[in-house]
Amino acid sequence: MSTLTVLYAVLFYFAFVMLVGGTGYKCWVYARTPQPLKIPIPPAPTTRAGVVLRMLIEVTLFRALFRSNKWIWLFGWIFHVALLAVLLRHLRYFTEPVWGWVALIQPIGLYAGFALLAGLAGLWARRFLVDRVRYISAPSDHLMLALLVAIAASGLAMKYVAHTDIVSLKAFFLGLMVFDWRELPADPVLLLHLALVAILMIVFPLSKLLHAPAVFFSPSLNQVDDAREKRHAAGWSTQIIRVDRTRGA
Amino acid sequence: MAAFETPPLGEYPVIPLVREGAMAHSKPFVAKPEHQQGLGFPGELVPDWENVAVTKLGQLVSQSRGLQVFLDACVKCGACTDKCHYYLGTSDPKNMPVARQDLLRSVYRRYYTFAGKFFPWLVGARNMTKSVLDEWYSYFHQCSQCRRCAVFCPYGIDTAEVSMAARDIMDSVGVGQKYSNEIIGKVHKIGNNLGLPERALRNTLDGLEEDVKEETGVDVKFPLDVKGAEVLLITPSADFFAEPHIDGLIGYAKVFHAAGISWTLSSHASEAANFSLFIGNHDNLQKVAGRIRDAALDLGVRRVVVGECGHAWRVAYSFWNTLIGPFDFLDPRYPAPQHICELTYDLIQRGVLTFDKSANDDKVVTFHDSCNVSRGSRMGDAPGGQFRIPREIIRACVNNFVDMAPETIGEATFCCGGGGGLLTDDLVELRVKGALPRMQALQQVVQEHGVNYMAAICAICKSQFTKVLPYYKHPMDMIGSVHGLVSKAIVLKPGN
Ligand code: SF4
Ligand code: SF4
Repeated sequence: MSTLTVLYAVLFYFAFVMLVGGTGYKCWVYARTPQPLKIPIPPAPTTRAGVVLRMLIEVTLFRALFRSNKWIWLFGWIFHVALLAVLLRHLRYFTEPVWGWVALIQPIGLYAGFALLAGLAGLWARRFLVDRVRYISAPSDHLMLALLVAIAASGLAMKYVAHTDIVSLKAFFLGLMVFDWRELPADPVLLLHLALVAILMIVFPLSKLLHAPAVFFSPSLNQVDDAREKRHAAGWSTQIIRVDRTRGA
Repeated sequence: MAAFETPPLGEYPVIPLVREGAMAHSKPFVAKPEHQQGLGFPGELVPDWENVAVTKLGQLVSQSRGLQVFLDACVKCGACTDKCHYYLGTSDPKNMPVARQDLLRSVYRRYYTFAGKFFPWLVGARNMTKSVLDEWYSYFHQCSQCRRCAVFCPYGIDTAEVSMAARDIMDSVGVGQKYSNEIIGKVHKIGNNLGLPERALRNTLDGLEEDVKEETGVDVKFPLDVKGAEVLLITPSADFFAEPHIDGLIGYAKVFHAAGISWTLSSHASEAANFSLFIGNHDNLQKVAGRIRDAALDLGVRRVVVGECGHAWRVAYSFWNTLIGPFDFLDPRYPAPQHICELTYDLIQRGVLTFDKSANDDKVVTFHDSCNVSRGSRMGDAPGGQFRIPREIIRACVNNFVDMAPETIGEATFCCGGGGGLLTDDLVELRVKGALPRMQALQQVVQEHGVNYMAAICAICKSQFTKVLPYYKHPMDMIGSVHGLVSKAIVLKPGN
């Protein structure tokens, strides 16, 4: 077993723990933190079912963003949908036998790789070209885009420029999942791609990537507008002590 | 105060280029020790205030899922950057909602996140220093907590919550804002924002009865502290004396009179406003609201109705049930609390009120949606009632009504520029500049439709516009109460 294989095996275990454990921990913190007052933001549904629908529309179509800014919406939406397609496409490296629908979407996944890059390019261009967005961009915002672009580019490079030994790679990951380590092909582009993905997984719970789970906990989006009908109390608002004076005349 | 120029109104609204530091000089007067102490805050900057502030921040974050999510989730997409009226009116980049959040987020990151602890330069994390505090004081008092940015943020990040937290932290280290804190002190002591004692209130109301009698020949009552009345009316104290607010109060009284509903004001709770919302302090929020429950119980009323006041309606609609509920002692057939517009609208629907619209024929009316009503509450049973109901009332009272551009009303309404505890003379420059987007939209309907009257249902909006309309070359009496229109058009029968 090469040192490299051991290194990457350990790296991916760590990355997995960070991604799942770290993000899970953050979700647990969000879930446990009370929201003492009702603060839904319109258009706020008056029923639970309405809130579910609202959330669904927000996270699939980015409705608020669409209303807000068509360019950010366009680039952002393309990026996210493409990312989803690419991730699904990658399932074939982690499943044996490959599920039928995963095989079916392989060509889509390929186009998605380019769409993903295009979306990222648009988002990144805004960070330079729009003075307001330039002002609010921190180094980490640029780095995050650089990381994603590098991941996408190295991925596409393996498809179109420097093919890698996909069979051994798949054996490596299938092995990792059952703690049966297999040799990882020592292909520079592949190693780069994998290292960057691991970094992305590690920084997920430490960075703004948290927006993905956090959106579901956002009280302005997930609260039902029923403050008058149902008495809401959580956290300090459950501790309200009220001593009524005598009643009526 | 330095002289400043009223921003020019172009033909179309424009998103200005960033001008760093354009409003760095703007800051309201700092509260004196006596304004602070009545509210339970230290009188001046406490020793070791940096640690006190950071600890308080941690506490607030752990007590509010909203705050925590809002501080974590922002991806700096920039969608909100052109949504704040203060950015549009001042071009100061720190008035972009995300940049305003970052003033606090940078400190949160430094002390409470891995990235900020170990790589502060990477994520823009900052230590809590005096210059940070000064910046907070300036720019968190350039946010009217109108929540417009939250409507446009993909995660619903509500800058109002962030600025409330920042103000709460500043109060906790002894740096409060004079205007808000002095007013809250008056409510605690006397029962209303103006510090109007019971006797003065009674005189004012008696005077109003005489005025209305003289004008209409009808005995419209303005009752105070009447036990056993059906309705307790909680209204902003500005309604008792300020123009054009007072026309609204007369309107409510005429509606009650025409519908034969017995009602009363309370000298104990003679204020709907609850500025504790603006300073983000829940102890004060609850204490101020508590007077209203006391009054309702003391007077033995069956309904509580709230007058035209934006943030008061947010507090009433969204928070009262939590803070001073449940209202199981009130008549379950009516929403508790009920907005005066809901009450009037309901009476109109039932055919109880008669109007002579021609009384308002001198006016072409538009309606300014107030932010706290639009984005912090609702009216009626269905979403959007807070937009529909006031307009229905206006349409019942006037012949000429037009709306301003759709992207400037409803959920997307622009703040008047004076909300959130900023309605003070020491912030006049900010108020004038922040009114720009609204003035732009108004200008358009003035030119295209001859609008000469803008109705609103918020005491702050009414005072703010009275002040800033002249800066934009409009008469200050162009702004009025919705119930001022009702008052003009309603037909009273002397008998009832
Ligand atoms: S719209 Fe929301 S996520 Fe985007 S920059 Fe503004 S606050 Fe951040
Ligand atoms: S809440 Fe209103 S005033 Fe404050 S940042 Fe958002 S848009 Fe601006």
